[in-house]
Amino acid sequence: MDYLNAIVALANFVIVPGLAYGAQLAIGALGVTLIYAILRFSNFAHGDTMAFGTAITILFTFLFQSWGISLGPLPTALLALPFGIAITALLLLGTDKVVYQFYRTQKAKPVILVIVSMGVMFVMNGIVRFIIGVRDIRFADGERFIISARDFKEMTGLDEGLAIKTTQAITVVVAIIVVALLFWFLNKTRTGKSMRAFSDNEDLALLSGIDPNRVVMVTWMIVAALATTAGVLYGLDKSFKAFTYFQLLLPIFAAAIVGGIGSPVGAIAGGFVIAFSEVTITYAWKKVLTYTLPEEWAPDSLVQLLSTDYKFAVSFAILIIVLLFRPTGLFRGQSI
Amino acid sequence: MSEPFLIGDAMTGGYGRGPDILHGCTISAEKGEIAVIVGPNGAGKSTAMKAVFGMLDVRQGAVRLDGEDITHLSPQERVIKGMGFVPQVRNIFGSMTVEENLEMGAFIRTDDISGTMEQVYELFPILKDKRNQPAGELSGGQRQQVAVGRALMTQPKVLMLDEPTAGVSPIVMDELFDRIIEVSRTGIPILMVEQNARQALEIADKAYVLVQGRNAHTGTGKELLADPEVRASFLGG
Repeated sequence: MDYLNAIVALANFVIVPGLAYGAQLAIGALGVTLIYAILRFSNFAHGDTMAFGTAITILFTFLFQSWGISLGPLPTALLALPFGIAITALLLLGTDKVVYQFYRTQKAKPVILVIVSMGVMFVMNGIVRFIIGVRDIRFADGERFIISARDFKEMTGLDEGLAIKTTQAITVVVAIIVVALLFWFLNKTRTGKSMRAFSDNEDLALLSGIDPNRVVMVTWMIVAALATTAGVLYGLDKSFKAFTYFQLLLPIFAAAIVGGIGSPVGAIAGGFVIAFSEVTITYAWKKVLTYTLPEEWAPDSLVQLLSTDYKFAVSFAILIIVLLFRPTGLFRGQSI
Repeated sequence: MSEPFLIGDAMTGGYGRGPDILHGCTISAEKGEIAVIVGPNGAGKSTAMKAVFGMLDVRQGAVRLDGEDITHLSPQERVIKGMGFVPQVRNIFGSMTVEENLEMGAFIRTDDISGTMEQVYELFPILKDKRNQPAGELSGGQRQQVAVGRALMTQPKVLMLDEPTAGVSPIVMDELFDRIIEVSRTGIPILMVEQNARQALEIADKAYVLVQGRNAHTGTGKELLADPEVRASFLGG
C-alpha cells in the first residue's frame, strides 16, 4: 500500500483535470443561467456562441502570432480574448436585434424562444464552420507545463508524476477572476442590481423605471464575455473543434440545472459536480486501487465504470435524476 | 372649488380590447388626504386605480395630475411624473435585500437618495433592522412595508396603494393603516383600494363606493359609515 503515490495519481488524473474542466463548465453554465434568469429562456445556441467566440479568438491569436506578438510563457490567446469577446458581443446584440427582439415584443412563451434559439444555434453552427472549418485546431502556445510529470518525479522521488499544464492553472485563475467580477457586478453596481431586479420581478422593475432594453443589452454583453472565455479556456486546455463545442451544450445545461437554473452560485457548483462526476466515472481506477488496497485485492481489470466515449451519458443521467427528484436544483433556482 | 390634485375624471374603459369595466367612474385625491375606494368583489375597485395609473385603456374621460392631462402616458412615464404605485401582489423584489429594494425604487433618481432612505427607515423602523435581509424572507406585514417604502423612494407627489392590507393579520393591518396616515400627514395625497371596508372608511377623508364600475356613493369616510344604504349593502348592517 502506498497512499502517497495513490494521492499523487488521483491528483494527476482526477483532481487537476476535474478542477479545470469544472471551471470551464461553470463559466459556460453561468452564461446559460444568466440568460434563463433575465431573458427567461434556455439558450440552445450557447455552445455555438462559445464556438464562435473561440473561433474569433483563434483568428486573432494567429494574427498576433504572425506579427510576432506573444505573452512569453502565457498563451497568446489570452491577448486575443478581449477581441473575441467584443466581436461575439456584436454578434449576440445583432442576433437579439434581428431575432429575439421580435419575439420579446410579442411576449412569446419561453418554449417558443427555446425553439428560436435552436434555429439560431444552427445558423451559428454554420457560421463557425464557414469561418474556421471543421477540423481540430490547437492554438495553445507558450510554456506547456508549470510542472511536468518527469520533473515532479525527479523532485519528489515518487513513482507517480503530477503534471500541471499551464492551461489548467490559467483556467482556474481566470475562472476565479471572472466569477469574482461577475458577482461584484451583480451585487454592487447599479446596473447589476437592476438586472437582478428585472430577473426577480419584471413588472415591478418596469414600474421602478428600469429600462428593459438596457438590461437585455448588458445581459447579452456579459453572456458574450462568459461564453467566449469558457470556450477559449476549454480550447486551450484541450483543442478547438466546432462539433465538440456543440456537444458541450449537454454538460453545460446539466451543470446549470443541477445547480439550480437562474442561480449563479448554483451554476458554479453544478459545473464542478458535473465535471467531477464525469471524470471519476470515466477514470480507470486500477492504478489508484493498486496503491491503496492490499496486494492480493489489487484489481486485474481497469476498474473503469464507463468508457470515455460515453462521458455524455454521465451528464445526461445526472440531468434526469435532478429533474426527477429535485427540479429546482441544489441552490433553489427556478424549476423547469 | 379648485380641481383635486389627482383626478380620474368620468373614466370609461377596460383591458385591451375587452368590454368596458368602468363606466364614467370618477376618483380623485387631494393633498394631505386619504381617498379610499371600496366596494363589493368585482366592482372594479382595482381596475379604477389601474386606470388612474395607466395600466388599462381609458376610452372616455381623462386623468389629470396637478392640472396636467396624463391620460395617454404609460405607467412608467407616470412614475416619472411623480406617481407612486404599490401593486397588490408581487410588489417587492423577493430575492433582493430590503435596502436593495429601496434602491431599486429610487432607480429613476440620479441625485443622492440617502436622505429619502433615512425617512423611509424612520417611518418603518423594522426595515432598518432588516435592511440586509432578503425581502422575500420577511413577514407579510413587513413585506407590505417594503413595498410602500419602495414606492416612497421616488419621493412621489401622490401614492396609490392597491389593497395594502390584503392577507395580513388584523393587528398588522391596524399598524399599516397608522403608517399610511403618517405618510399622508407629510402632505402626500393617498389613493387606496381596500377590501376591509369598515377600517378603511374610518381613516378615509374621502371615500368612493363603486358598484359594477360606477360611482355608487361618494362622501367622507364618516358619512358613508353612517349611510344606512352603504351599511346595509356591504358593511354587514
